[in-house]
Amino acid sequence: MGRWRTRALLAGAVAVLVFPVLLEQYKLYLASLTLVYLIMAIGLNLTLGYAGQISLAHAGFMSFGAYAVAILGPLGVPFEGGLLIGALFAFFWGIVLGFPALKVKHHYLAMVTLGFNIIVFLVIRNWESLTGGSFGISGIARPQWGPLRFQSDREYFYYILGWTVLVVASAHWILHSRWGRAFRAIRENEMRAEVVGVSLRNYKLMAFAIGSAYAGVGGALFAPLLTYIDPGAFTLDRSIQFLMMVVMGGLGRFEGPFIGAVVVTLLPELLRASEGFYLIIFSLAVILMMLFMPKGLVGVWDWLVCWITRRVVGPADPPAPAEPAAVLEPK
Amino acid sequence: MTDVFQLLVAGLSIGSIYAMAAIGFVLLWQTSNTINFAQGEFVVLPAFVMVLFLTVFRFPFAAAFVATVIVSTLLLGLLVKKALVDRLIKMGVLPLVIATIGLSMLIRYSLQQFWTPLALPFPPIFSRQPIRVGGVIFSFEEVMNVLFAAVVIGGLQLLIRRTKLGWAMQAVAQNRDLASILGINVSRLVGLTFMLNAALTAVAAILIAPVYLVKYDIGIGIGLKAFYAAIIGGFNQVRGALLGGLLVGLVETYSAAYISNQFRDAFALIIIIGVLLLKPEGLLGVKEEWA
Repeated sequence: MGRWRTRALLAGAVAVLVFPVLLEQYKLYLASLTLVYLIMAIGLNLTLGYAGQISLAHAGFMSFGAYAVAILGPLGVPFEGGLLIGALFAFFWGIVLGFPALKVKHHYLAMVTLGFNIIVFLVIRNWESLTGGSFGISGIARPQWGPLRFQSDREYFYYILGWTVLVVASAHWILHSRWGRAFRAIRENEMRAEVVGVSLRNYKLMAFAIGSAYAGVGGALFAPLLTYIDPGAFTLDRSIQFLMMVVMGGLGRFEGPFIGAVVVTLLPELLRASEGFYLIIFSLAVILMMLFMPKGLVGVWDWLVCWITRRVVGPADPPAPAEPAAVLEPK
Repeated sequence: MTDVFQLLVAGLSIGSIYAMAAIGFVLLWQTSNTINFAQGEFVVLPAFVMVLFLTVFRFPFAAAFVATVIVSTLLLGLLVKKALVDRLIKMGVLPLVIATIGLSMLIRYSLQQFWTPLALPFPPIFSRQPIRVGGVIFSFEEVMNVLFAAVVIGGLQLLIRRTKLGWAMQAVAQNRDLASILGINVSRLVGLTFMLNAALTAVAAILIAPVYLVKYDIGIGIGLKAFYAAIIGGFNQVRGALLGGLLVGLVETYSAAYISNQFRDAFALIIIIGVLLLKPEGLLGVKEEWA
C-alpha cells in the first residue's frame, strides 16, 4: 500500500510539473488560478474545517495580500516582501476579528466576518489615493530574483506552484503538530477540549489568524496573475465562493480544498457552453450536493481511492480508515 | 428642521420593511437554527409573482395580493421546508447555510434568465400624494407603509404572545428537546414558521416593490439589511429585529441625506461592529447559554 501510494504521489507530482508545458495561455491562467484558490481554500479549511469557526471575510483577507503587493511593488519592495507584509496584515486582522469569536457563537461570527468583508470592500473602493478606487491598480509586476525572472505566464505558474507546495507542506505540518490536534479537539467539543487543558483562547485565535494569513498569501499571488486588480475581485460573493469551495470539497479533510478548488474553478469552464444557465446549474448542483453528499465530494474521492487500491493492490490490503469529515453541530 | 421629520418618516418606512424581513429571519433562526441566506430572494420572488398576477393574469389588486401571499407561503414556506430543511436540519448549521446560499443563487439567476434581467415597474399601492402637517410634508405612501407594517408586526406579536402556536414557538426557541418531550411537534412547528416567514416576506415584497422597482438582484441588498437588523437588535428577540430594522432604515436614510451616499452602507456596519463589541447578543437580545 505504502509503496503504491508513493508511486501515485510521484506520478501526480510529475504530471503537475510537466503538463503546463502543454497548455496554451488561457488554460495556463486557469491552472494558476486553481493553485491560488487552493491556497485560499487550505486557509479556510484550517479555520472552518479544523477549528470550526466560520469566516465570510476570506476575500477581504485576500485583498490585503493583493493590494500590499500592488501598492508596495512600485515603491521598490520586492514581491516576496509585499507578500509577507500582506500576509502579516491579514494575520493581524485575523486576530482582531478572532477576538469576538471567543465571546460569541457561530452565527455571530458569520455576521462579523460578513460585515468586515463589506467594510474592506467599501474602504478599498473609496480610498482612491491608495488603492485607485474602483479603477483598481494595473501593471502589477511579477516577481524577479536577480537574473531569474518569472515574467511569462508559464514561469509565473511555476512560481505560484512553488508557494503552493510551501503552503501545503506548512498546513500539513501544522495539522500534524500539537496545534492540529488542539484545533480538532476544539471542533469536536469545546468544553471537553478546555477541560483537558487546551487553551481555547490562543488556539481559536491562531486558527483564525493563520487561515487569514494564508488568504493574504493567496491574494498576493493573485495580483500579478492578471497584473490588474480592482475591488470587484474581493466582494462578499467571492468569500461565499471560498466557503462553498471548502464545504463542497469536504470540511476538515486534507484532500477537501484540493477537490473544492479544482471543481469550483473548472466547473464554470465546463458549463461555459450553457451560457447564462451556468449559474443556475451551479446553484442546483450546490443544493443537490448538500442534500445527497453533505460531507462533500471527498466522499466520492474516498470511494475512488478505495476502488483503485483494491484494483491495483488486491483486496487483501484494506485501505486505511478515512478520517471522518467534520459536521458542525448547532451549539 | 422640517426635513428631519420628513427623513424620519422615510427612514421608518423603509426600516419597517427591513424589519419584516428581519423578523422572519429571526423566527427561522430561533425555531430551526437556519441562517437563511436566501431571505433577500424570499422578498424578490413574491414581488415577481405579484407582477405576474397583476399584469399577466390581470387580477384586481386585492386578489393579486392574496394570491401572492398564498403562492409564497406554499413555495418558499412549505416546499423549502419539505425539500431542504427536513433533510438538512440534522446535519448541523453549515450544510443548511450552504443550501440557502445555493437557493438564493438559484432564485436570483432563474428570475434573470427565465423572466427578465430588466427592472419591472410596479404600480404604487398607496397614492404618492404629499400630505401637509403644519410645515412638514409627508408622503402618503411612506406613512401608509409604516402603518401597514405596524399592523402586520402587531398581529404577529399577538400571535406569538397570545396563542398556543406562539407559545409553542417560544418553547421550541428556548429548548427544542424539552419542547419535543412536552408534546410539541417540532417538525410541524418549523414548517409553520417557514410558512409564516414566507408570508411576511411576501408582504414586505409588496411594500418594497413600488419603492425599488422589481429586479432580479435587489434581494442581495434587502437580505443584507435583514441580517444587519437581526444582529443589531438581537438574534433571539422579535422585538430586537423590529428595533434593528427601524434603526437600519433610519441610519441609512439620514446618512445618505446628511453625510455621504457612497458610504451609506458603512454607517450601519459601524453600528454593527459597535454592538458586537459591546453587547454581542444585540441591543434587545438575551444572552444565550454558551456552547
